[in-house]
Amino acid sequence: MNNQDKSTWKGTRDGYGKGLLELGQKNKDVVVLSADLTSSTRADWFKEKFPDRFFSFGVAEQDMVSTAAGFALSGKIPFCCSFGVFASGRAWDQVRTSVAYMNLNVNIGGTHGGISVGPDGATHQALEEIALMRVLPHMSVVAPCDFLEAKKATVAAAYTPGPVYLRLSRENLPIITKEEDEFEIGKAKILKNGSDITIIACGIMVYQAMLADEILKKKNIEATIINLHTIKPLDAKAVINAAKKTKAVVTCEEHLLAGGMGSAVAELLSQNYPVPIEMIGVNDRFGESGSPWELMKKFHLMPEDIADACERAISRK
Amino acid sequence: MNSKIDTKTLEKTAKDIRAQILKMLSNAGSGHTGGSLSCVEIILSLYACALRHDPKNPKLAARDRFVLSKGHACPALYAVLAHFGYFPKTELMKLRKLGSSLQGHPQFGLPGLEASTGSLGMGLSIANGMALAARMDKKNDVKIYCLMGDGETNEGQVWEAAMTASHYKLDNICAIIDFNKLQIDGFLCDVKNVEPIKEKWQSFGWEVFEVNGHDFKALTDAYNKAKTTKGKPSLILAHTVKGKGVSFIENKAQWHGIAPKPDELERALKELGE
Repeated sequence: MNNQDKSTWKGTRDGYGKGLLELGQKNKDVVVLSADLTSSTRADWFKEKFPDRFFSFGVAEQDMVSTAAGFALSGKIPFCCSFGVFASGRAWDQVRTSVAYMNLNVNIGGTHGGISVGPDGATHQALEEIALMRVLPHMSVVAPCDFLEAKKATVAAAYTPGPVYLRLSRENLPIITKEEDEFEIGKAKILKNGSDITIIACGIMVYQAMLADEILKKKNIEATIINLHTIKPLDAKAVINAAKKTKAVVTCEEHLLAGGMGSAVAELLSQNYPVPIEMIGVNDRFGESGSPWELMKKFHLMPEDIADACERAISRK
Repeated sequence: MNSKIDTKTLEKTAKDIRAQILKMLSNAGSGHTGGSLSCVEIILSLYACALRHDPKNPKLAARDRFVLSKGHACPALYAVLAHFGYFPKTELMKLRKLGSSLQGHPQFGLPGLEASTGSLGMGLSIANGMALAARMDKKNDVKIYCLMGDGETNEGQVWEAAMTASHYKLDNICAIIDFNKLQIDGFLCDVKNVEPIKEKWQSFGWEVFEVNGHDFKALTDAYNKAKTTKGKPSLILAHTVKGKGVSFIENKAQWHGIAPKPDELERALKELGE
């Protein structure tokens, strides 16, 4: 991993903003709706180029989401922009009844996901969106790992039938995928094959998993690493095949353990191919203020934590 | 539609629709009687005199749209849609039954039905989205109608949407409030007072038309005025009687969410002259 030049790092919210721009150029039906966080969600890039297709709602996420349903019912492809806490939580019933129930092509970009939001503290650190969104029928949930993947996921969301929730980060992250990498919602990316343990990660934790791999290599532990950018629909084949091969799994997410990506993997494997699973995530507590990487450390979301979990999982085989 | 209205025929049709609603609810054994009976004239006059629609082509691109935000009143909408031929009247008796497209609250997919609703407060936002999309598409003569309950205006989202329609000067929006003064827990003034409701909407930038919601002429006039209102959204504040048409159901909060039992149905139909 040679990614120490932080000037090249970008947030996945930046990828979302670029994806919206690309969609704006290519598809005249794409409209962007924002709830007063236009600059923070990078919706302002679209707004500047396509002011006639940008709609401002003020601090009213519920109204924004149901209005998006009206747009979709009229053949438009809306993207709703807010922080993850408000987009998934404040407007949950609107997402459920106005959007998911009708299986509309309404896409939701929830930025500021996870503990890495930093100093704003618990009220603004979304740790629940994967759980809240994946329980909804028809809903797809995607947590891209870097700028490029976020851009591709945003474009893909517009052309995916039904609603898509995009979980995006505020913090700048290294770009670990390549422009030419293929991306498909629902298709996991196997970054590396190894026979001792499978690490399944999404979002910021994909990078952490790759750093953990450096630690594991020194201990002669060969890991399979899966970038599970799509939590729903889950790529069951990729996950089960990896479990069969390595016989132990570690899941890594910057999200509550209850109901998140790790839970989705556990639901799948426990019914199809039970193996020891260790889960890295936030355990039944709210976040707090601090710098992003201080918090990542405090909440045990670091490469060392992943490597330790791998050893625990292997010992339980 | 829309020229001279035949009030006599409409009144007869309203009576038939009320009887139909009561039969449907009684057969289903559950459902919302009071709020379905209060909005019969509002919905019937809309489809008969105001809405541009084609039952043979429910997805007609140039159609006006109607969003029933108070989804629990769907028996009234179902009966009106069947009356205009969107689906056979025989479907109506399947209300709330397993496998029926006439769900307990409206489910998108039924011919003529524009949106799923049932969780209150969302319809006006949905209507606003349709209105903004129509404007984008330069369908300048398309009108979007939305019927809300009066108790429904307890929901904060209604006021978010009221601000949005006003902010975007959505003069292609015509909202209607079925102002029957009752909600599940009792009279609005006791549960949570919404008054002064007319002034509230006016102060939010809406043109408000206050009418008797059981008077076809008054309703049709209001729909016509809403069509010619420019630069702001319109609200028709329709004063109604909850449970209208059946003496022992009228003005009783307990009839919000129950269906008539067989003997009650018989008495009710007798009152309606069936």
